[in-house]
Amino acid sequence: MAARIIGQVLVPAGAILLALVVGAVVLLISSPLVTGRFDPLLPLATYAALVQGSLGSFNGIVDTIVNATPLILVGLAVGLCFRAGLFNIGGQGQFYMGALAAAAVGAGLAGSPPIVAVPLAVLAAAVAGAIYGFIPGVLKAFAGAHEVVTTIMLNYIAGFIISWAVQGPLRAQGASFARSPDVGNAMIPVVLNQGTGHEGHLGIILPVIAIVVIWRLLFRTTIGFEIRTVGANPDAARYAGMRPRLLTIFALTVGGMMAGLAGATEILGVTGYMAATYSTNIGFEAITVALLGRANPVGILFAGLLLGAMRAGSGLMQIEAGVPVQMVDLLQGVILLFLAADVIVRRAFRIRAATGAVTEVADVTRSYAGKSPAAGA
Amino acid sequence: MTQSSRVAEPVIAPALEMRGITKRYPGVVANDAIDLRVEPGEIHALLGENGAGKSTLMNVLYGLARPDEGQILLDGKPITISGPSDAIAQGISMVHQHFMLVPVLSVAENILLGDETMANAVFLDREEAHRRIRKLGQRFGFEIDPEERVGRLSVGWQQRVEILKALYREARILVLDEPTAVLTPQETKEIFAVLRRLKDEGHSIIFISHKLYEVLEIADRITVIRRGKVVGSRLPSETNEDDLAELMVGREVQLTVDWGESHPTDVLLTVERLSARNDRGREAVRDVSLEVRAGEIFGIAGVAGNGQEELVEAITGLRTPTAGRILIKGADVTHEGPRRLHQRGVSFVPADRHRFAVVLGFSIADNLVLTDYYASPYARGPVRDDQAIQERAVEAIGQFDIRTPSATVTAGTLSGGNQQKLVVAREFDRELALLVLDQPTRGLDVGSVEFIHRQAIAKRDAGTAILLVSAELDEVLELSDRIGVMYRGRLVAILDGPTADREQLGLLMATGGREQAAAVAGAA
Repeated sequence: MAARIIGQVLVPAGAILLALVVGAVVLLISSPLVTGRFDPLLPLATYAALVQGSLGSFNGIVDTIVNATPLILVGLAVGLCFRAGLFNIGGQGQFYMGALAAAAVGAGLAGSPPIVAVPLAVLAAAVAGAIYGFIPGVLKAFAGAHEVVTTIMLNYIAGFIISWAVQGPLRAQGASFARSPDVGNAMIPVVLNQGTGHEGHLGIILPVIAIVVIWRLLFRTTIGFEIRTVGANPDAARYAGMRPRLLTIFALTVGGMMAGLAGATEILGVTGYMAATYSTNIGFEAITVALLGRANPVGILFAGLLLGAMRAGSGLMQIEAGVPVQMVDLLQGVILLFLAADVIVRRAFRIRAATGAVTEVADVTRSYAGKSPAAGA
Repeated sequence: MTQSSRVAEPVIAPALEMRGITKRYPGVVANDAIDLRVEPGEIHALLGENGAGKSTLMNVLYGLARPDEGQILLDGKPITISGPSDAIAQGISMVHQHFMLVPVLSVAENILLGDETMANAVFLDREEAHRRIRKLGQRFGFEIDPEERVGRLSVGWQQRVEILKALYREARILVLDEPTAVLTPQETKEIFAVLRRLKDEGHSIIFISHKLYEVLEIADRITVIRRGKVVGSRLPSETNEDDLAELMVGREVQLTVDWGESHPTDVLLTVERLSARNDRGREAVRDVSLEVRAGEIFGIAGVAGNGQEELVEAITGLRTPTAGRILIKGADVTHEGPRRLHQRGVSFVPADRHRFAVVLGFSIADNLVLTDYYASPYARGPVRDDQAIQERAVEAIGQFDIRTPSATVTAGTLSGGNQQKLVVAREFDRELALLVLDQPTRGLDVGSVEFIHRQAIAKRDAGTAILLVSAELDEVLELSDRIGVMYRGRLVAILDGPTADREQLGLLMATGGREQAAAVAGAA
């Protein structure tokens, strides 16, 4: 068991390590632009500031968790679909629709007691996200439309729906820019660091609950077994009498619900309203989270915390080391690159493929032309 | 030149010598100090159960696995092999059980793939290549048209293309992995003639097979491997099938079993004028009608790819028929899916277990409940009962002798024979009405074959109707009460099993009953 966990962690850890090395090289090369001279210690200073900003203080840790909250939720949306053999690029749109629903219902209930307003606004976000995941699910199951294409399109549509809603029906009266009204009492209560500028809202328990639920769903229920079977071997799923179409719809719908909840934590926990210009990259960062976490709920927790920490620490990094916050994007991008091209990581650290014996047999049967696939032909 | 007896001091160095090859994988020693000597112009058979270590040894020889210990010598000189291209460059070639051919390309194009004969830097020298291929074919006793598309050739001829491919690369050591598994008896005879020509020209051949009588017929020397070790080396003249089987399995095996009489009763499965298309939309099953009774084994013989697979998939609910009806115990089940059929007591052991029957990344326990995971006792409502699943796994592993360190390891770590035992454990061990077996013993060793046959007979005697599809004529003949022959999607004949004649069946398989056997093989 322990060996299996280590095996799971090796490649992600290797990818992070290699990304830090690549980041260090970039920092070295660009150090004359940052400090005016060649500074061999800049990478160290940068990474130290990143760690200091994210984990060096209680405020930093709270920021890390708050930043990680939506990342973990959308990461679960992507990861669950990976398990079903689906590539859900629509986390973005599902997040947007959840955020919009939270903003709309929250604004409508701004004057109601929080005990009513908060759950209803959160629920609205979950339902909106679920619907927005259901659509590509149905399109895939009954029309064969590939989810990668449909979810990307739906991401654009979601962006336009938001800017229409916030500039039109949902626009706050008298605001200086196009935004929705304050959600007032629907704001998720702050439970940590009240009034410090580093508040932690109660919504940070949502990812914890979601991880337990998704984990149990995947590994303790029959439908989770069906999802994993469809993802691992769709033909075997058919043979076993499972219904791949329904499972496709189910996985995308539940995934959409998770992403919708993430939208709620942002609107009801952090911003308090939605601006027409609201924009985020979370759908794509969540792909990194899901891959880094090996589509395992617990792995996604750690991956989300890592990316959340990088976001949380980026401010201090910019102040102390003078490195722009975009450095964090670069690191994330490089991590994703190494995860996608995991052969590089395996080579660099001599990590065997998890199913050594099997892949070798497969290699034999594919190798007649005289080229070994392992050699990267 | 045949090996007359054990020579104390060989005059010439062996063409290939593997000395003390040891290869360990986590938890297993796949090869334990294996010695193998192959003389020039020798056909050396390698026998062993699945998982005995033959594939690992051949992976080492082909440069796909690095041995932990040991040495490989070619003509007495130590060599290292860094990968398949290196192996080929040093004159070692492999002909795989599943051909590595591109059907839409011509014979010549397939042979040239990866080793193009160039007229100059840009263009192939087709003329020269065609000439060389024709000449090579003639040298080994067959006429081949280099411009024929490989997809139009029969399996036997495709195999010749594979062999030509190796010879074109000037292979001196040729490894043939189960070369006869997909051939009719006639085709086997023909390929043996080719192998003998090769040997006469001084090529060395490593022949991997499970068919003992074939090994005895073709090999000059037989090396038997069991559990990673060489357990014996024999000359065909000093051994027989029983001796070899015992060496392989490590205990006495009954090779020719009288399975006793069957007692068929009511008709259980009725197939009426069934037609179905294959995945490419071509009609693969044409107007097939048959009946299988309870307590009877109905065998379907045929060269692979004549519609057997599609027929079986239609009967098991995986493929929608285009016409006709399927009845089980009189009930029309033509449009029922796999789940419903499974509940009616239909079990299916598919030919391609990696595609359908096993999820390689799942544990053995999960695979054992793949078709009834949703039912009691493995689930209570929507929640899985891991303990019940685990208990079932431990029980099945014991009862069906699945060789594994535990029930939690993934099915992908099992050998082929043990994977098949897993499938058999899952599909046999319940109340059955109809059992559909598609190539149930393909690629398995004698021990596993015997085991699976015994289980099938037990089911027959318990009143199950069994539909058995196999490209192994021996298997069909040994088990079936009646035998149907499929040819190009049609059931061209139904014969009485016990009295069916091997040669007649072979002819029906190859020609569909038209008396022009010669024309088929000579399509090229």
